[in-house]
Amino acid sequence: MTTNNYPFELSDDSPIVRFSNVTKQYGDLTVLDSLNLDIAKNEIVSIIGPSGSGKTTVLRMLMTLENINDGIIYVDGMPLTHMKKKGVLVPANNAYLQRMRTNIGMVFQHFNLFPHMTAIENCMEAPIHVLGLSKKEAHERSEELLTMVGLADKMHEHPARLSGGQQQRVAIARALAMRPKVMLFDEVTSALDPEVIGEVLNVIRSLATEHELTMLMVTHQMGFAREISDRVCFFYKGKIAEQGPPSQLFERPKNERTAQFLNAVLSAT
Amino acid sequence: MFEMFDWKWSFAFEVLPRMLWATLNTLMAAGIGYAIALFIGLFFALGQRTGFKPITFIIREVVEFIRSTPLVVQIFFIFYVGPQVGIRLSPWTSGMAAIGLHYASYLSEVYRSGLDSVPRGQWEACRALNLSKARTYFRIIIPQALPASLPGMGNYLVGIFKDTPMLMVIGVAELMHTANALGSTYYRYLEPYTIVGVIFLLISIPTAFGLRRFEGYIARIYGMKK
Amino acid sequence: MQHYLEYLQIYGDRFAAGILVTLQQSFLACLLAIFIALIFGFMKISRNKFYRFCAISYIEFFRGTSLLVQLYWIFYVLPLFGVTLEKFTAGYLAVGLNLGAYGAELVRGSIQAVSKGQYEAAVALNMPKITSMRRIIFPQALLIMLPSWGNLLIELLKGTALVSLISVTDLMFEAKQINGSTFLSAESFGTALIIYYMMARLFIAPSMRWFEKYWTKKMGRF
Repeated sequence: MTTNNYPFELSDDSPIVRFSNVTKQYGDLTVLDSLNLDIAKNEIVSIIGPSGSGKTTVLRMLMTLENINDGIIYVDGMPLTHMKKKGVLVPANNAYLQRMRTNIGMVFQHFNLFPHMTAIENCMEAPIHVLGLSKKEAHERSEELLTMVGLADKMHEHPARLSGGQQQRVAIARALAMRPKVMLFDEVTSALDPEVIGEVLNVIRSLATEHELTMLMVTHQMGFAREISDRVCFFYKGKIAEQGPPSQLFERPKNERTAQFLNAVLSAT
Repeated sequence: MFEMFDWKWSFAFEVLPRMLWATLNTLMAAGIGYAIALFIGLFFALGQRTGFKPITFIIREVVEFIRSTPLVVQIFFIFYVGPQVGIRLSPWTSGMAAIGLHYASYLSEVYRSGLDSVPRGQWEACRALNLSKARTYFRIIIPQALPASLPGMGNYLVGIFKDTPMLMVIGVAELMHTANALGSTYYRYLEPYTIVGVIFLLISIPTAFGLRRFEGYIARIYGMKK
Repeated sequence: MQHYLEYLQIYGDRFAAGILVTLQQSFLACLLAIFIALIFGFMKISRNKFYRFCAISYIEFFRGTSLLVQLYWIFYVLPLFGVTLEKFTAGYLAVGLNLGAYGAELVRGSIQAVSKGQYEAAVALNMPKITSMRRIIFPQALLIMLPSWGNLLIELLKGTALVSLISVTDLMFEAKQINGSTFLSAESFGTALIIYYMMARLFIAPSMRWFEKYWTKKMGRF
């Protein structure tokens, strides 16, 4: 892995997330091919594309759920996937990843709430055991967040008693409780019944408009992506085929593949 | 290394022939016991599906009783009580009967869960096509229940083999009994007992491995695995 | 029937003594088995190749050989290596070590059965491995493994009957003794069978069900 030519640190005005020549392979299959992607601070980016195009992998690598095969990822100016050791960049060890991960939070397609804890306990768990907050502080923060997502009255319910939309909103609150700089949303409405998708999108919308947060979303909700994104990236076969502001990408796509995809998706809904 | 612990290879080789013969005895006991269990187990399992509540209840309770009590006590029971009610049983026969019954109760549970795993729709399709009960079971249901049951059945085959030493308590000349006899005759237990352990390992581990391959093979045949 | 009641009156206290020893053996073997199951269960899913090797070796060895052979080996052969154990100790040691191996597989299987999403959520929240295992994964794994542990404990109880063969004075030992002097085999072994059955069905099974209910409630499922 040729990480000799990469800087140890990015300058202060750099993007908050940078993928530099990132490649990911599963055996023979190349899922992401030398990806270069910059995300600016407080930018809201949507990633769209057909399945298998590598969209979810981008998020999973940023959340350190997957290793990368080549290239390097920077978060907040510092390398994420690599660390400086004796003057060279080497693959990061667990301790280093533990320190860097605090910048990133993720909401999953299948919620992944802890079934044996109530909503508020789900939110309090990591702040207490990872950030070292006192029970009181964690409770205050969690209650605030659950109120923000509209679930103050469901604080003491277990996930099994909540609808899919409610569970996903708890999951958002839980991720926010760690005060990450970058929030990742991995197809968060794909597993929801149509009637509850709206309540989740509302929460995400208010996050985008009322809070300063960098957001990276993989989604099939084209209308929503168009509405709140600063930039949309269309992925095709492991590469960014096209990216740009939503007005441009959705109305005047430059790439034929983009047009084909948008046609197929928009006519199906 | 074994010199340290006073292991005598000469003695080991001396007792090996008799122990290998006893192994054959053990394998035979396991095989016959398993065959009995396969058959009676099926009877137990199907007997609980007759729909006739008293029979289901009785068989259920009998199976639970046998499963929840130690095999070694059951062996003694059959061996000693048999003659007292007029049934003359040799050690072999009572041993086989006890093991067969004991494992029949385990296998009946394996069969039951295998049968339960067949989707309800299969039964309904058979009813709709007016297939007889026998046809339904033997041509449609049991072939589908088989892949699900095989892992359990395989486990109990290995289990029966490992339980054969219990037969030594009533004098059946299987492997452990022979090891005991050799040990007390020559006043050396180290080699016989170790050989017993090694033989068990050498038989049960490859068998377990082979069974897993066989299960995969059957599952592929029935199209349940790619 | 009258005859049986008289029999019980005469030999009742001997059976009771045997039951006590069986309970002691079961309890100690159970503690040992749980301890072993946790240690080797976790070792088997460790990332360290050596730990995995140790765990697999232990589990395959104790599952691949019969309890009776292991019992005899511990009691009769170990002294030749300098380790002489009292028969009572040898008894529950063998049963605990043997059933602990089966328990280890249960622990391993149920931890692996917890859905991957739970691990990923813990990573996303930056939880260290130990914390996530302790607070998130293991509580869920415990719920998954409880029914099978119930069966395992019954097997453990049945296993203790073998310690009578090295002359530990448990329930089966007493039954054999009484049979030896009275030749009332049906009564002697029959009573023993009934007592074992009652211990399994009326004590172990309900206790496990109670614990399952307790833990399910604690986990917020109904």
